Amino acid sequence: MAFSQSDVLAGLAEIVNEETGIATESVQLEKSFTDDLDIDSISMMTIVVNAEDKFGVKIPDEEVKNLITVGDAVNFIVSAQG
Amino acid sequence: MSKPVLNQYDVVKYSRIYAIGAARGDLTVTNDDIAGPIDSSDEWIRQRTGIVTRRRASKNLSLMDMAVAASNEAIAKAGIDPKDIGAVIFSTITHPFQTPSAAALLADKVGANPAPAYDVSAACAGYCYGIAQADALVRSGMAKYVLVVGGEKLSDFIDPTDRSISFLLGDGAGAAIVGPSDEPGISPTVWGSDGSHWDAVSMTSSLLDFRDGDASWPTLRQEGQTVFRWAVWEMAKTARKALEVAGIQPEDLSALVTHQANIRIIDELAKQLKLPESVVVARDIVYTGNTSAASIPLAMHALLESGEVRSGGYALEIGFGAGLAFGAQVVVLP
Repeated sequence: MAFSQSDVLAGLAEIVNEETGIATESVQLEKSFTDDLDIDSISMMTIVVNAEDKFGVKIPDEEVKNLITVGDAVNFIVSAQG
Repeated sequence: MSKPVLNQYDVVKYSRIYAIGAARGDLTVTNDDIAGPIDSSDEWIRQRTGIVTRRRASKNLSLMDMAVAASNEAIAKAGIDPKDIGAVIFSTITHPFQTPSAAALLADKVGANPAPAYDVSAACAGYCYGIAQADALVRSGMAKYVLVVGGEKLSDFIDPTDRSISFLLGDGAGAAIVGPSDEPGISPTVWGSDGSHWDAVSMTSSLLDFRDGDASWPTLRQEGQTVFRWAVWEMAKTARKALEVAGIQPEDLSALVTHQANIRIIDELAKQLKLPESVVVARDIVYTGNTSAASIPLAMHALLESGEVRSGGYALEIGFGAGLAFGAQVVVLP
């Protein structure tokens, strides 16, 4: 089953909330993980691994640095669903 | 005339760790002491690493000095004659000579001459590699007692301006005596390597580049996110496998003693293993820092000295680092 963009955003917001305590409604497409949400590199990797599990995709290490905004991550996950 | 039959070693069924010794660097280095060159702060370092202080050795305290001190403590606590030591294994990445080995000198200094002695280069997995080999040497009958040392003077190989790993690192040595046992004391070891990530934790350059003037003094670096992912989720699989081959469940453990890499790795790894609250998780990193091959015996020694764990309980020890190399086994606490 493919996840829609809104499904992925909602699921990612839950993962971010679980890792950092940031309110799910603050996790919006245009928000930067580091500059707006103040998520450090280690928490980011925890979010990435949990997102892989939740959405059944692979997010390679070299791709993680390109995921600047929540929207970058959502778009990557949506297109990686094959 | 009949052909004579070769003698082979008489095997020993079980082995165990008799005692552990520890020596830390003589300097207590705070986060404020090192924050300037990496444009950081005490709060930032604590939040990302859990480290409050790290122990480092002054110029006059060598890797060998710390290894000898730790070894002498382990030998004394084990109550053995050092002349009965049948092998000395020194796991280190910071012995400052290509050859001869640190182990040969250590063997002589602790009274174990002429025991076979050799170094192991498996970085933060080095102590678990050493215990694995000591277990095999004892049970095969090749050695009665084996001295295993994990020791590092990492401060000789750091760059104060490096934000990837240098600020985590400390100096120290931990030693264990492994010998024969009436009951099982060391489980099978789950160990291995993944050279496809050879440069995930590595040096900035080779010694040849340094000699030729093409690079500055080689220091340690790591790709933090790659290492974090591997150290938590891959090592959780290794830890579960170690419990499986040991034939025990997480709730049977008294302690989890991981390589003291970073508190975030330790905590996340413990979370992935779903350990019950009864299992003590070693967090020696908070005041010692990351001492690579020394970190597991130092952390275990601290738990035993503080009384947080008791002799006879099971501890899962798991080392992981440059190589990438990893090793895990369950041991009975000495």
